[in-house]
Amino acid sequence: MCSLALFPPPPPPGAVTLCEFNNALLCGRRGEPLPLDFQSLLAALPALTLPEDGLKGPGRPESGAQPFLHHREALWKRVLCAWRDGGLCGLLKEIVSAEEEGLQWAKTALSCVLTACRWLSSLHGSILPHLSLTSEDMIAAFSQAVDWAGCSVRAFAWHPHTSKFAVALLDDSVRVYNSSRSPCSPGGSRQAYKALLKRRLSQLMLRPKQRCPAEPLSPCWDFKPTSARSPPGLWALNHTSATIPSLKHRLQRNVAAVAWKPLCASILAVACQSCVLVWHLDPTSLSTRPSSGCAQVLSYPGHSPVTSLAWAPSGKLLLSASPVDTAMLVWDVSTENCVQLQWFGGGGVTFLAWSPDGSKVLAATPSAVFKVWEAQMWTCEKWPTIKGRCQTGCWSPDGSRLLFTVLGESVIYSLSFSEYRGDMQGQVGGSKTASIVADLSETTFEMPYGEERIGGAVQSMVWDPTGERLAVIIRGDPSAVETQTVVAVFRIRNSPVFELLPCGFLRGEQSAEPQLIAFHPCFEKGALLTVCWSTGTISHIPFFFLSSRVPYGSPGRSPAVVTASSSVREQPLFSEL
Amino acid sequence: MEAAAAGRQRALLRQVLGWRLAAAVAWSVLLLPVCTAAFVLLSGVQPLRPLRWLSDSFDDLCTSHVIFCILLMSVVILVISVFNAEFYAVVPSIPCSRLALIGKIIHPQQVIHSVAHAVMGMLVAWCAAVMTKGRFQFLAVPCTISESLDDAVPQMCLNEYHLFFLLSGAFMGYCYSLLYLINNMNYLPFPIIQQYKYLRFRRSLPLLIKHSCVESLYSVRNFCVAYYFFGYIPKMWISTTMDLRIDSKLHPLDTLSGLLDLSLFYHAWLCGVFLLVTWYIAWLFFKIYATETHRFPVQPTFAEETDQCLPKILNSNPPLIIKFLALQDLMLLSQYSPVRRQEVFSLSQPGGHPHNWTAISRECLSLLTDLTQRLIAQQEAAAANGRAKQQVGEMKVSPQTPGAAGAEDIPFQLQSSPALNCKAGILDLSSPWHGKVQSPLIVRRGPKLWTSGSGLQMNGSHHESFPVLSVARVGSEAVQPSFIYTWLQNKQEQIKNFLSRRVLIMYFFSKHPEASIQAVFSDAQMHIWALEGLSHLVAASFTEDQFGVVQTTLPAILNTLLTLQEVVDRHFKLPHVSSKPPRSSGSLVDTSYKTLRFALRASLKTALYRITTVFGEHLNAVQVSTEHKKRLQQFLEYKE
Repeated sequence: MCSLALFPPPPPPGAVTLCEFNNALLCGRRGEPLPLDFQSLLAALPALTLPEDGLKGPGRPESGAQPFLHHREALWKRVLCAWRDGGLCGLLKEIVSAEEEGLQWAKTALSCVLTACRWLSSLHGSILPHLSLTSEDMIAAFSQAVDWAGCSVRAFAWHPHTSKFAVALLDDSVRVYNSSRSPCSPGGSRQAYKALLKRRLSQLMLRPKQRCPAEPLSPCWDFKPTSARSPPGLWALNHTSATIPSLKHRLQRNVAAVAWKPLCASILAVACQSCVLVWHLDPTSLSTRPSSGCAQVLSYPGHSPVTSLAWAPSGKLLLSASPVDTAMLVWDVSTENCVQLQWFGGGGVTFLAWSPDGSKVLAATPSAVFKVWEAQMWTCEKWPTIKGRCQTGCWSPDGSRLLFTVLGESVIYSLSFSEYRGDMQGQVGGSKTASIVADLSETTFEMPYGEERIGGAVQSMVWDPTGERLAVIIRGDPSAVETQTVVAVFRIRNSPVFELLPCGFLRGEQSAEPQLIAFHPCFEKGALLTVCWSTGTISHIPFFFLSSRVPYGSPGRSPAVVTASSSVREQPLFSEL
Repeated sequence: MEAAAAGRQRALLRQVLGWRLAAAVAWSVLLLPVCTAAFVLLSGVQPLRPLRWLSDSFDDLCTSHVIFCILLMSVVILVISVFNAEFYAVVPSIPCSRLALIGKIIHPQQVIHSVAHAVMGMLVAWCAAVMTKGRFQFLAVPCTISESLDDAVPQMCLNEYHLFFLLSGAFMGYCYSLLYLINNMNYLPFPIIQQYKYLRFRRSLPLLIKHSCVESLYSVRNFCVAYYFFGYIPKMWISTTMDLRIDSKLHPLDTLSGLLDLSLFYHAWLCGVFLLVTWYIAWLFFKIYATETHRFPVQPTFAEETDQCLPKILNSNPPLIIKFLALQDLMLLSQYSPVRRQEVFSLSQPGGHPHNWTAISRECLSLLTDLTQRLIAQQEAAAANGRAKQQVGEMKVSPQTPGAAGAEDIPFQLQSSPALNCKAGILDLSSPWHGKVQSPLIVRRGPKLWTSGSGLQMNGSHHESFPVLSVARVGSEAVQPSFIYTWLQNKQEQIKNFLSRRVLIMYFFSKHPEASIQAVFSDAQMHIWALEGLSHLVAASFTEDQFGVVQTTLPAILNTLLTLQEVVDRHFKLPHVSSKPPRSSGSLVDTSYKTLRFALRASLKTALYRITTVFGEHLNAVQVSTEHKKRLQQFLEYKE
């Protein structure tokens, strides 16, 4: 079992983790050069800063009402409105508070009913406390982001095949950043890299060295540290294509998650407060504000707010989950049909993770139980946890192992599943109990400048596509002041036994706390972790290592084949008749 | 020979569907006592005396007439199930115009369906009346007709409540049959995810009950209106034929005050709910069982199984449902089962031919090519409609000199008409409902043949006349016949124009563009499965195909998919084609056939991406035309 005490001490403040190289995390000032061979891999990725003040606060419909004169509608109109907005309770409240004459007896009767309703709902709330939250608080509580309500970046998703990502911002818009070349596009562009590198080298030699001493000769020649140079609200980007589509929609409010459709050029699902929006973006289009006609609205009564989304790796189905709805919905997006997968108990579904091989889905609930669905016949197995709800989870690339964490416990559990074979219909095949693979309880590191305390519960966790690195956001104990939120990276060893080995802590700029993490789906030289920091900066940290397997998102390996390939080789050469 | 093949196919159909039908009937009959118990409980509701109500209901349940009613209704359910099994269709028939819909309604088969359902409805209503007891139980009740106070003669009178019940049952049955037709409820939609039957049933049950309640409410309302106006006819008829008096002391029901009886309304509504729930349950079970996956073996283990293995079934011309099930099975095996995929990629034992793969890929490709050609024909027809209208305009301009106008038109006609005819020919051949009339399913879709064909025939006849015209003109100097012909044609056009200006006629004849598009894609589920099956198999072949059998067909597959992609893209750019699926209401009535074309477009793109993602740069070595190569490159760069 791995614990935080085995980790190398965190980098000193002021240093920024640049990359992993030769099995060690390299630190330095921001923008320091990486080993030259690798720099070109990164040059095309947009590193950007989205400061909070640059974003206008979301326009709320309530605020618009104030400049106007107060006007009372007729009672029936108000009642109808209340029914639409607040359901039965809203309707009762409206009638009871009505000032019209002649309804005295009805008012007294209805106020009794209202009291009963409130009592019932408080009873309900005491069983499932999350239901008494407002929908914004609910999203903040169940989102994967550390500080969903306050940070400018609310959700982040890499496109599964190309170097393109979507960022959901505080002002309820979603932006899509596109790099000029895709690291995934195989072969043909190798010459292009070389040419680019040569050009850059010549630039480097031609450039007088002392021109700007404050700014090191950065490998990010093109992307200057934006925080230093550009005024807030502008993002300097390099080598990204010029158009950055900014998606806005009337219904796109309080975005909790974004997800790209696999096996598709540009379809993005956005989990909003009231619905799921599916944006159809044209990758060749130059428009920066796609019209809301490009968005499909998937809504279902009682299914809001949506906090988590998961696409099937085969690209056919979309799952959406809401902490309020006990059913999760399986959408056939093209036809907008949905199937409810009802499973009473748990009170809702907060987090979904589809295994990369497409065989299983993790569904966490707001109570101390989580489920794993098998994605062919859609049966599920449930695992009760001891302490709290399952906060996050991630799958190994072959779908045979699930790592998950529980709210209130600072450990990582592992749950292994029997190897998936298609003929095993309707069985999830999980082991009976989960084992603890890492202990993340608070540890004190003695540093020259003082001591640092790191450790606590896990907020989110991602596993890279090659299956060799695991990044974890460890959230410090909120009551203690000194502990900080950090990203810890583990190496993973699969044989002889599954093991997590310490790799190191990542450090961002001064006073930046990690907010969201995601791995690039098809980075060639190892793994690439993208971290969204609380300052609004999005940085990419590469881990250079040689991997034995090809990432599942890249060409040469289809998602569905990853597991099958091993079993097929043992088949006899000729079929026996 | 053909008879033998037909016999074999019937045997196959019986083997695959027979037990499913039996199981569906068995389950719906088993659930009947539960529904009956609920009905008895609700019909005798006494909110003020709950204990008395419960004990009464339990006593009622065990009486002999309730048991007899259950037996009778089991027979009704059986008949309903037989109708379900006879009328189902995996390809919905979509009426393109209102006239076609009317034609469907008065089609003899539909009339039989409606009459049978009305009779069954009456039977159920009779059972409901008997079980409700009270004033509804008997048709004839003793009454005293007192001409004078002293000689009160006991006589039999007509119980109008009972009659109302029976007629409302018949009305409900008829409404059920009508809605069954209009909502295409005979269409078997295949579910988007596989689930166990119990879960599917449980998922649909709340919807079913809600739908029945609402539908019953509407039916009872409509029936009340109908009874208010026409209620006296059956009343008089029954009372005269059965020699029953009409009790003058009782309030007649075909008046406003008589119909405003809440208890009557409630019981009629409950009877309707009971009827619809039991029938819909039978329908739901049939739907669930019929669309359940069936596992066809890829390779026969015994010699007698050869007819039932997947490649053989795909290549023969089985009943459509079998073909659908086979394609569904292909999709599932290609996606989930490495072992069965291996069987597809295997070589035949003596000889070493990839028979399985060849058969499967050939059938899938021919399905997709058919669709491509059908779409091309439709697009050509759409384009030609515009041209034909132009022609009409020209003729109108110069009606005095038809010869000249005709001469001008000749090259144009010669140019366009052979292409059209050729396309029309392809269309007929490629559409699966052409020929092969041996299947009962196809006969059943007779109305469809007529309706969707009518437009084409109209077009066809319109254009076929031109070659005749031109041949006559070129071949001889006989101006006279051609003149008469042109004149006739002119008249025909004038009549058409005249008629088309009449609103009522247009109302019936105008084709709904959305409906005709839906009709083109009505069997697209097959193509979706073929696409998914093929693409998953090709993707899996990258690592699993040891003998390289897939490589030989890869260029053909890519060509077919890319061509289809182009044609589908062009189709979505046609006018009148909405680019977004209509909002589907989450009701019991399935409208998924309306959105099949969107599903087809999405799965076509996904299929292409699946292949390009797996093969990557290797696709550059595959021989395809330059145009397709460009397209493939776009797919490789995720720019499509």
